[in-house]
Order: sequence, then C-alpha cells, then structure tokens
Amino acid sequence: MTKAQGYAVAGGKAVEENTVGGVSPVLVLLAGWLVPGAGHLLLRKWWRAGLLALSIVGMFAIGIALKGKVYQMNFGEPLDMLGSAGDLGAGLLYGLARFLGWGQDPVLVAVADYGTKFIVVGGLLNIIAAVDAHSLAIGRKRS
Amino acid sequence: MTISHFSAVVLFSLFTSIVFGITQRSEPKKMAQFGALCFVLFVGGTIAASWLMWFIKH
Repeated sequence: MTKAQGYAVAGGKAVEENTVGGVSPVLVLLAGWLVPGAGHLLLRKWWRAGLLALSIVGMFAIGIALKGKVYQMNFGEPLDMLGSAGDLGAGLLYGLARFLGWGQDPVLVAVADYGTKFIVVGGLLNIIAAVDAHSLAIGRKRS
Repeated sequence: MTISHFSAVVLFSLFTSIVFGITQRSEPKKMAQFGALCFVLFVGGTIAASWLMWFIKH
C-alpha cells in the first residue's frame, strides 16, 4: 500500500482489512452514525469527537427548537423521501425525535422552515463525520 | 424559540464549518484554516446574495 497526500492508495479489500487502533472500521462507522462523534471517540480523537458531537447535536437541537419538521418515511413523495434520508443520517437522534413526537407540527413560519433545514443538514453532516471516522479507522485518511 | 435570520445564518455556518474543517483536512492547523474559510464563505456568500436580491427588488 502506498500513501499520497495523507490518503492510502490501495484496492478496496486490502484497505478494509487495515485497521487503526484495533477497532473494527465497521463498528466505527456504525457508532459514528448512531451517536454523533462516537466514531472519532472510539479512535481516541477526543477533541474532534467533542466538536463533531457539539456541532451535529447542536444543529439538530436548534432545528427542533425552531419547530422544524422531522420527516417521516413517505415513499409517495420524493421530497419527503430525500428529507427523511437526510434526517435518518442523525442516527439515534432521529429515532428519539420520532419516538418523542418532535417536529410533527406543520411548518407555518420561515424560522420553522430554517429549523427543518437545520435538522436535515445535521443528519447529512453526521454521515460525513461517520465516513471520516471510517476513513481514519481503515487508514485511508492519515490523521 | 425564535432567532433572527442573521443568527440562523451564523449558527448554521459555524456548525457546518466545524464539521467541514475536521473532516476535509488531516492536520489541526489546516482544519482550523479550512473551517474558518468555510465560515467566511458561508456568511459572506449569504450577505452578498442578500444584497443582490435587495438590488434586484429596488
């Protein structure tokens, strides 16, 4: 395996088998998705984990506080499907919101629409963070 | 909870820039630089677009 600009260049399977810190990359990916920052936490990247958790949970919490909409799985409406895919990226936060019935009120004001975007983008950012943790775990990203 | 439109822009830009900085760069110094650049571009771009819309309207 050769390295260029901080990233390992190798075939998919060889990279998958390369673990950093003795933690399973799949576990890191799943943990990072379910709990914001948990993937980096498993890799002992304390500051990154804290900042990622703060940012993603902050985005989600502000979205809920602004009375943004939490999308439900509605396969009849393409926009709802995209929205729910973004929301689902927040992992357990999305499950918690659905369980507690948050974000089910109709969006009537512009600020609540901003809240909807905060929730969706928070989920998408969590996916980016989880993939980053996975890249660190398999050595594709150097540090 | 209610916040102003500008506060929403700043909060959105701040949190998004932090995640972009951490995930798109490998070294702490580069992370901070890239995060700061993203923040400035987010906020600056929004202000520029707002003025553009104001000029179109008037």
